[in-house]
Amino acid sequence: MAYIFQQILNALQLGSIYALIALGYTMVYGILTMINFAHGDLFMVGAFFCFLLAAYLHLSFVPTLLLSMIGVAFLGVIIERLAYKPLRRAPRVSAIITALGVGLFLENFTLALSPYPKHIPQLLENVTWTVGSISISSLQVLIIVLSLILMLILDFIVQRTKAGMAMRAISWDKTIVPLMGVPVNKIISLTFAIGTGLGGAAGVMYGLAYPVIDPYMGIMVGWKAFICAVVGGIGNIRGAMIGGFILGTVEIMVGAFFPSTYRDFVAFTLLLILLIVRPYGILGKPQPQKV
Amino acid sequence: MAKIKSIYENVMSRWQALTDFKFFWPLFMITGIAFCMAASTYEFIDLYVQLILIYVGINIILTVSLNLINGYMGEFSVGHAGFMAVGAYVASLLTVHVFPPGAQNLFFPLAILAGGLAAALIGFLVAIPSFKTRGDYLAIVTLAFCMIVKSVLENIDAIGGPRGLLGMEKLTTLPWVFFWTALSVWVIRNLVYSNFGRGVLSIREDEIASDLMSVNTRQVKIIAFVVSSFFAGIAGGLFAHALQFINPRMFDIIKSTDILIMVYLGGIASIAGSIIGAVIYTILLEILRPLGVWRMVFMPLMLVLLMIYRPRGIMGLKEARMFTPLRDLVTEKLWRQKKKEAGDASP
Repeated sequence: MAYIFQQILNALQLGSIYALIALGYTMVYGILTMINFAHGDLFMVGAFFCFLLAAYLHLSFVPTLLLSMIGVAFLGVIIERLAYKPLRRAPRVSAIITALGVGLFLENFTLALSPYPKHIPQLLENVTWTVGSISISSLQVLIIVLSLILMLILDFIVQRTKAGMAMRAISWDKTIVPLMGVPVNKIISLTFAIGTGLGGAAGVMYGLAYPVIDPYMGIMVGWKAFICAVVGGIGNIRGAMIGGFILGTVEIMVGAFFPSTYRDFVAFTLLLILLIVRPYGILGKPQPQKV
Repeated sequence: MAKIKSIYENVMSRWQALTDFKFFWPLFMITGIAFCMAASTYEFIDLYVQLILIYVGINIILTVSLNLINGYMGEFSVGHAGFMAVGAYVASLLTVHVFPPGAQNLFFPLAILAGGLAAALIGFLVAIPSFKTRGDYLAIVTLAFCMIVKSVLENIDAIGGPRGLLGMEKLTTLPWVFFWTALSVWVIRNLVYSNFGRGVLSIREDEIASDLMSVNTRQVKIIAFVVSSFFAGIAGGLFAHALQFINPRMFDIIKSTDILIMVYLGGIASIAGSIIGAVIYTILLEILRPLGVWRMVFMPLMLVLLMIYRPRGIMGLKEARMFTPLRDLVTEKLWRQKKKEAGDASP
């Protein structure tokens, strides 16, 4: 029983990181109907910012997190302006390939600058509390609580503010909304900033939980987060959160009860079954097609 | 500039005259095979260049076959490396463990064919979810499939698991690569311009409408996936016997991304585009090798710039004259004539 509870905590930790990254995918998709495949690599850049700030500037945790988020958000907006904006009217696939190209560029640029894996210094003192036979580390609690707070803030922005209303309006209808005086370009940039900023925060947290980082770490995590976004129903913010927690739980539970090499196999088989049963994700709505 | 243009036009018109020649394709095949055989027996081409040519051929097979699904059928499959892995493992297991060691050369085509058939079987299984799911969701299905293949290969210890498989002889030679490449281009080109190919194109334009026009969309999707994965498996078998070593990590999502980039670099729905894309990508990567790590920084940058200034790729939706059937050329000519006449009539 204690073992299961311990694994649930681990699952929540991994799931909240996946959910934070999946949010970036799903927000960009909701607004541009474009899959930003560079997102996993922006997550990696977040972890490297965290390394730079913590190892060379010796900043403490809160400024490191905030500066990494801002840095990644800034990078995300620049990428959107330079690479994606010229392609807004191009076929969808060109935008996807551009995103893949941007992702490759980020990976290899980081690799060219720092060829060896880096070790993030310990930013916070890790206290372990023991309740009965369960040990809870303060880092786990911090990651789970912090990502929940970030998700609540995001939910507030999207549901309650004027900018959030504009985001929802653009994802509802792209032709009419600009005519109503919504500054589409600004809203798209804002979406990119928020989405990639969350990815950066996930990068910092991942770096704290698993301190060895390398330029290719974003690929697998990014694709898995993309899967979370699709499982929840792509374009749906709450779906992305649910999808993240589902994939985190499945991965940790498979790793806990089977040999860990079966993890990917079982996780992806479950995903296939889920997609065959519900082809549009858990919270996604099937779109009626007209001829 | 004008001089370059005139030279270009001169060359192109001569090339066109050559390809319009009645026996162009048989002659091309015979000279190609003869040249490749001579090159691999007498080694008047550097071995390194030969290896690059082999990779070019394998990449052409992969790109043309993926173009059938992603370009002509308009789906977004990201799991092509998975089919390649199946073909590579089946073919290498056959040559290493099953076929007698003395007669490897004789059994090599059989092994490659078996690899292709095994991949085609898996392609059939992947086609089934594509009846209901489309677009990004189908992309996820193919992605998940690619990861499942990799994960299964890593977990079977008898075939090396994560350590990989070795012991293949270097059986992939230039003539074989030329043969399989020509075969895949020929089959897919003829498929696309057949009755079945019209069905594939109609699925890309509008699936429900094509269903209403009595296109059997399920059958078309199955055939497209099976043919595409068959050739991916063949490319995998050739790849394994060129490198003489495979492990599951070679066929992960990064390999799939490479193939996707070649397809969209060359342009969707174009045989000539696929060939150009594969050739340019493979050779450019080799030419940029002196740059070391930075070559993989410049390559994506070039790709992004190309996509921004030419979003459909080099040949997107256009076909070279040599791959277009005669009736299409005639139809186009008539259509242009009609348009011109109509333009003259109405001021």
